[in-house]
Amino acid sequence: MNAFMNWRGIWTIYKFELARTWRTLFQSIFTPVLTTSLYFVVFGSAIGGRMSEVGGVPYAAFIIPGLLLLTILAESTANASFGIYLPRFTGTIYELLSAPVGVTETLLGYVGAAVTKSVILAGIILVTARFFVDYTIVHPILAAGFIVLVALAFSLFGFILGCWADGFEKLQVVPMLVLTPLTFLGGTFYSIDMLGEPWRTVALANPVVYLVNGLRWTFYGVADVNIAVAAGLTFAFLALCIGIVALIFRTGWRLRS
Amino acid sequence: MTTEPILDIQGLCKTYIAKSGGESTIALDAVDLQIRKGEIFALLGPNGAGKTTLIGAVCGLVRPTGGTIRAFGLDMKRDWRKARARIGLVPQELSVDMFEHVLLSVNHSRGLFGLAPDARRIEEILRALSLWDKRHNRISELSGGMKRRVLIAKALAHEPELLFLDEPTAGVDVELRRDMWRMIGELRARGVTIILTTHYIEEAEEMADRVGVINQGKLILVDEKAALMKRLGRTEAKIGLAEPLKAVPPALAAFALQLVDGGNALLYKAKGEDGQDRAIADLVKALVAADVEFKSFDVHQSSLEDIFVDLTERKPA
Repeated sequence: MNAFMNWRGIWTIYKFELARTWRTLFQSIFTPVLTTSLYFVVFGSAIGGRMSEVGGVPYAAFIIPGLLLLTILAESTANASFGIYLPRFTGTIYELLSAPVGVTETLLGYVGAAVTKSVILAGIILVTARFFVDYTIVHPILAAGFIVLVALAFSLFGFILGCWADGFEKLQVVPMLVLTPLTFLGGTFYSIDMLGEPWRTVALANPVVYLVNGLRWTFYGVADVNIAVAAGLTFAFLALCIGIVALIFRTGWRLRS
Repeated sequence: MTTEPILDIQGLCKTYIAKSGGESTIALDAVDLQIRKGEIFALLGPNGAGKTTLIGAVCGLVRPTGGTIRAFGLDMKRDWRKARARIGLVPQELSVDMFEHVLLSVNHSRGLFGLAPDARRIEEILRALSLWDKRHNRISELSGGMKRRVLIAKALAHEPELLFLDEPTAGVDVELRRDMWRMIGELRARGVTIILTTHYIEEAEEMADRVGVINQGKLILVDEKAALMKRLGRTEAKIGLAEPLKAVPPALAAFALQLVDGGNALLYKAKGEDGQDRAIADLVKALVAADVEFKSFDVHQSSLEDIFVDLTERKPA
């Protein structure tokens, strides 16, 4: 450790957070495999039977980026928010606050662990999807980068949520009432071009539309929206979350009295 | 003072701003405190006096609204990483990771404070706290006293030079309290400086080198325990008389005596240094010389507890 960074502290938090995942390994890995399979059965087979292609991409392959985002958004938010909320709830946060650990260490530890888990889940989903449909990723490096970027942004968002929440209800309410509807309405399972006006224009106000399309573009080279706008918005959301987290630490909001 | 204090608090203030309309609370009011290296300092005060806030301000749980804190000569605002790495805290609440195992939790604490794993050192700590046999237990399976031992082990895991114990013996059994006292003694022998808050004043009396009394956010007194007892202690002696007296015999006028119990007893009251054993001996001699027959002689020396109650019940000026 030096005066500017407690590397071992970061590694300690990171390991501790991931340990929570290993402890619930079955649930952590089996759940996404099962959900992905269900989505493929329900959407891929049932709907895909009637609608063979979207923008030149087979329907079952078309929904993969959406399914990935569905899981990444939910898991990143849930893991990061739970990670910081639990010590606040049990009171063990005193140790973190009294340790030589600052914003950077805390974020790299908690958010890093949440991102890692999301990326692992994304890999599992991609492998599971392979059993249902044959697909090729056009820009694999960009796809990986985009997945990490979105996981990072929503882990930060989850961290903010975990700081804000003062009960388990609040911890659930945002993912349930905001994130899930936005994801489902964000063109996860359809192209927003299929929507009639004014709904197509309304859908453009949904930030998740840009995330889904950004990821879909890296997969198949097709998107409903301008890819630069999608990338720009993702970075803007990331920057906003970083700003809020910095503010939380500067003011000690909900962490220090 | 020959050496720099290990902890130097100057004008420390903490005001809690009330949400919408309520009154702000002053939890710490310009507290000045210097802690010497290697001493055991007991911070006494009634509930809500500001003890935990003071500890929290040093350890980074509370953001002070004014004043400066220096530890090991380092400014806690600027060099907090370096300073905090050398400070340990045992909180008052039993805040533990219920799902974790003892050993993992203690190792985790060491890592958080930036130290490389040291299995031998951790084993030593766990053995000293009788936790070694329980190292693979889940913390949630442990009793309250054992959980407190885990908290202490976690605080010691990074071998701090300055240790805060916030109500370490609140709600623990006699055995643990004795273990705790022994452990505090050993830590001190190793050169660790200890600051503890307690409700059990006998504990401060037993262990502390110096005592500070805090009330309503103000540190109203800091002194060597012995000096404090000497300065503020009281001695009372009640002499049961064989035969009732109508007045204090003139030969005993030099002593602060009162006739009580309808003339059946004499009461002697002395404050501070007047209350020395010597004065009592002199009184006995004078009684004998004055031919005052007495059948009982009860001496009561006020404890730190009496002094404490006296100080904190006094209304602030």
